[in-house]
Amino acid sequence: MNWTWFHKLGSPKWFYDISGRWLPWLSLAAALLIGVGTVWGLAFAPPDYQQGNSFRIIYIHVPAAILAQSCYVMLAVAGVVGLVWKMKLADVALQCAAPIGAWMTFVALLTGAVWGKPTWGAWWVWDARLTAMLILLFLYFGVIALGQSISNRDSAAKACAVLAIVGVINIPIIKYSVDWWNTLHQPATFKITEKPAMPAEMWVPLLIMVLGFYCFFAVSLLLRMRLEVLKRESRASWVKAEVERSL
Amino acid sequence: MLFERLDFALHAGEMLQIAGPNGSGKTSLLRLLAGLMQPTEGEIRLAGKPLAEQRGELTRNLLWVGHAAGIKGLLSPEENLAWLCALHTPESREAIWRALEAVGLRGFEDVPCHTLSAGQQRRVALARLYLDAPPLWVLDEPFTALDKHGVAQLEEHLARHCEQGGMVVLTTHHSLTRKPAGYRELDLAQAGSTADE
Amino acid sequence: MSNVFTQLLSREARLLFRRPAELLNPLVFFAIVVALFPLAVGPESKLLETLSPGLVWVAALLAVLLSLDGLFRSDFEDGSLEQWVLSPHPLPLLVLAKVLAHWLFSGLALVLLAPLLALMLGLPARCLPVLLLSLLLGTPILSLLGAVGAALTVGLKRGGLLLALLILPLYIPVLILGSGALQAALQGLPAVGQLLWLASLTALAVTLTPFAIAAGLTISVGE
Repeated sequence: MNWTWFHKLGSPKWFYDISGRWLPWLSLAAALLIGVGTVWGLAFAPPDYQQGNSFRIIYIHVPAAILAQSCYVMLAVAGVVGLVWKMKLADVALQCAAPIGAWMTFVALLTGAVWGKPTWGAWWVWDARLTAMLILLFLYFGVIALGQSISNRDSAAKACAVLAIVGVINIPIIKYSVDWWNTLHQPATFKITEKPAMPAEMWVPLLIMVLGFYCFFAVSLLLRMRLEVLKRESRASWVKAEVERSL
Repeated sequence: MLFERLDFALHAGEMLQIAGPNGSGKTSLLRLLAGLMQPTEGEIRLAGKPLAEQRGELTRNLLWVGHAAGIKGLLSPEENLAWLCALHTPESREAIWRALEAVGLRGFEDVPCHTLSAGQQRRVALARLYLDAPPLWVLDEPFTALDKHGVAQLEEHLARHCEQGGMVVLTTHHSLTRKPAGYRELDLAQAGSTADE
Repeated sequence: MSNVFTQLLSREARLLFRRPAELLNPLVFFAIVVALFPLAVGPESKLLETLSPGLVWVAALLAVLLSLDGLFRSDFEDGSLEQWVLSPHPLPLLVLAKVLAHWLFSGLALVLLAPLLALMLGLPARCLPVLLLSLLLGTPILSLLGAVGAALTVGLKRGGLLLALLILPLYIPVLILGSGALQAALQGLPAVGQLLWLASLTALAVTLTPFAIAAGLTISVGE
């Protein structure tokens, strides 16, 4: 197997060039997918037989929640790559992705609360999924806070990587224990996504939204990473040339 | 970035004094050599192989006395030394007492270190050099707080270690009076290495 | 190898007993926090009895966290950690011994104090064995996980609050299982399931966290 692409990733200039080529396409895909998904989900998908139209918030809530979780896994993967192969770009990815992941978690929590009001009659219910999401938000806060309080950039990246890896090992344990806690303390409540047999008109737009959210995530991550790479490499000649060109 | 274009090698029997003004990166360079820090760019080799790949070899051969030397104020000199030795090779109680006597701490073996003066605490740390020590000594400002007699004694001891085939890397502002044959000085200010570009 | 392990244990024991305040402060904190709850929710004994499993566990968790803030601090400041990192002995083993020593003296004291405070909150005496067992199995996990945070924040001037921020979310499974076991005992149900879970988490923590602690210390020392 050819691994040159992997080692090329270590070069900031190569990353900057290739990401610049991908960005327009990814942005287009994100805009298209989210546009189509939103219109389809909000206007054309049939209303839920129990919840009527209020269920449509699922088209924001579920993609945000999925993205929030996979983003944390990505942090840990970036952390492993950064620690094992000492790849600077992985550090950049880790620290740029954490705030996006925290925002997605926040969006998932907020839409969950908004959805909870008509469904459960309360803004916040200690539902297993919502609680696990809240804990995930705290985990994100930890990574961000640690990264900001260590002044040395390399140490900050390594420390965040260790924390993200410890966190990702804990996530299944946390999820399991929260589920268990929830079933013990509450009668089985309405489950948000485990609805049996959602009709295709409902889940296809959902799938499109999820893909759209992933593309959006990739776009914002790449934008943040490109900015960070420019900042870090500000003394390199190719960065100076790049800045001059765009001025 | 602290230094660029820095290239040097150290062989058995040599002593390297790293000089330079405050903030020129003397301590950082020592910490790099000791493997406590990793260089952003460039490479440090031990016996021809990159340092990062042979931590075991490094830790077996290195004795590091930093600015803070790992002396606990609540423990006595003997307890401190016993523990610091146990981290490498355990030493007998008699050997530790002999080392403490060599640095002039006879009679202070079992008082808590925080009751000792700064110079005496430094002597506790330096007593490790009088035990069965590994060959490469990396010392950050070892003469700090020592009196005249202590300085002369330490200079003599370091020089003898080099003459017996050991290696010493140290930082100090004070110019050595007793230099072994393999003595060299690396001035970070003159090497032009502190410049930003 | 085993020699350095026992040496480290005796060194830690000496250090702790020469400054007993560090041992006592978390215990006093534990007692005060437990005393705060009846003052906040009222002295009604039925209510306190239902709440007691959670209260004892939250207070114990906070006390452990508080005691861990200084776990590596003095070793970091006086340069001992540099010597640890540069020792030929594996660092994960050294930190495991360090945390074990800390738990043996400070964690175990907490476990022994807990029944007294639980009885004051109105927990029936028949629940005490489960309380003791759950704390005995749970507090080593708290110490080990907390040590990861302490290792990562040891180089920072004000690491205490950050440590809590990093570590408290990771404590949640232990809290759920520990207080769950106690709750089950209070309701007269078997608590074996939760205790076994705690035991397996302890085994997991003892195996994995020393590596994370060692990595954290290497990063903090190399800054």
